[in-house]
Amino acid sequence: MRYVLKKTATTLITLAVVSLLLFVAFSLISGDPATRMLGTGATPERLEALREELGLNEALPIRYVKWLVSFVQGDPGISYVYKQPVASLLSAKVPVTLSLTIMSFVLVCTIGFPLGIYTGKYAGSALDRAVMVLNQVIMAVPPFFSGILISWVFGMVLHLFAPGGYVSYTASIPGFLGYLIFPAIAIALPRAAQLAKLLRGTILEEAGKNYTRTAYSRGNDTNGVLFGHIIKNALLPVLTFLGMCFSNMLAGSLVVERVFNIPGISNTLLASIGNRDYPVVLAAVMWIAVFIIVTNLIVDILYMVLDPRIDGE
Amino acid sequence: MAAAMTTAPLGEPILEIRDLHLEFHDHDRPEVAVADFDLTLHRGEIVGIVGESGSGKSMTAHAIAGLLSRHALERSGQILFDGHDLLHCDRSTLRHYQGDEISIIFQEPMTSLDPLQRIGMQVEEALRIHHKELSAGERRAAALSAMDAVGLPDPQQVYGMFPHELSGGMRQRVMIAAATISKPQILIADEPTTALDVTIQAQIIALLRKINAEDGTAIIFISHDLSLVRQLCHRVVVMRQGEIVETGTADEVFENPQHSYTRMLIDAIPKVVL
Repeated sequence: MRYVLKKTATTLITLAVVSLLLFVAFSLISGDPATRMLGTGATPERLEALREELGLNEALPIRYVKWLVSFVQGDPGISYVYKQPVASLLSAKVPVTLSLTIMSFVLVCTIGFPLGIYTGKYAGSALDRAVMVLNQVIMAVPPFFSGILISWVFGMVLHLFAPGGYVSYTASIPGFLGYLIFPAIAIALPRAAQLAKLLRGTILEEAGKNYTRTAYSRGNDTNGVLFGHIIKNALLPVLTFLGMCFSNMLAGSLVVERVFNIPGISNTLLASIGNRDYPVVLAAVMWIAVFIIVTNLIVDILYMVLDPRIDGE
Repeated sequence: MAAAMTTAPLGEPILEIRDLHLEFHDHDRPEVAVADFDLTLHRGEIVGIVGESGSGKSMTAHAIAGLLSRHALERSGQILFDGHDLLHCDRSTLRHYQGDEISIIFQEPMTSLDPLQRIGMQVEEALRIHHKELSAGERRAAALSAMDAVGLPDPQQVYGMFPHELSGGMRQRVMIAAATISKPQILIADEPTTALDVTIQAQIIALLRKINAEDGTAIIFISHDLSLVRQLCHRVVVMRQGEIVETGTADEVFENPQHSYTRMLIDAIPKVVL
């Protein structure tokens, strides 16, 4: 329990530092938002009034604290370009991106784990070697490219889905998930291949350890040794990978959303970067940071649950 | 002490090793690990196999325990136990005896236990595999009594602990408890005290002697430490480069060694009595 508290405290401190750095960086590069919003032809009086309204005349530390408080309350400011709250711009889009990311992650696990365990158990067999070669190829194909291939094969040739025919989750949940499954596969494939390869390697490593010999000496069959002893030990190094994988897949989602024309946060984020609409970018980057840091916290806690050696220290 | 041990009466033969021959084929030239090895083990007997590193004693132990790796190894001869040739029988026949009738403990107590599994689960494992008729409560009771028998303090508490919470000597006791929980006919001890300090070493030797005396478990004791072998074993087999150079009762071999290699090993014993 002390371990969890300590890790949570570290996480909160990390989040505070990240938020401060991001806020200061975006404040420095954003110039004068009032001029951006009203244009260069605006009168000084109107500019001043807007600055006053946006709270830009206050000192940076005060603005930071105010922004942080409202960010935590779910209101990270007003878009310079659309002149409406950032929250309302992103709120409809975050669930889409998050669904895509989670779906990809589930696919990574459902493909990667069985494949890794199988190839680890039957290392050296013909099927193992075939899978490893295929893995190597899949790992080398970036999601945006496999996304285009999948669109073409499953959409244009096999007509399993309509490319570009996105179904909103407000209209139909099954339709929404049915549309997302193909981009999710594009994101998941290279990660699943990596997971399988990593798990195969850790299983083989654990299989060479002394406790495996002990397990055999007690009369276990191969499955008894594998599932009774090796798997849990082999999972420990994989956990770190899965955490990084989950974070990286968020970035993967942003790219693949463009390929499959999915209205997630990708379009809004890219448009805002182009427009230098910093409140939107800041909010999105901050949310991604929260996502990654919380994922790491979960990984740390899982380690504590799985590995008795790091309990309490 | 040693003299008293050697007079123990021999029971009927339970394990017969005939012409055991093990050869590696994973390098350019075949390497002979064990050649022409013959041994008959009787019920309740403690046999020591001694020799320097690479003499083939551990390979022999692993062959009896059914732990030879399947690849790049040529095997011939017979290891006869309960009407089966353990060297050539199928894996399921072998598994039937492993951990139940033939158990083994190793040189490396620090790494021979699963680091993520509680001690109790590991001590009980042979019962889980071989005696499915037992309930969880009966298994637990058996584990606690086995842990008590090997001198683990507070078995109730150790039952729920993890290996990293125990010292090397304690872990070797756990290994012994796990290996003897189903009262095997044969316990193979592959240099069980090499990684332990001298006082713990003496305790483990005393424990093996107690298991032999109380349960009639035959023990094959592999060691390069001749003074330990003399303290513990009824009979001794001296190995060198995969072959037996001398065999006899412990007294015969130590009092009147026939082979120059044996004399050399005996002369190498430090003249400090434990």
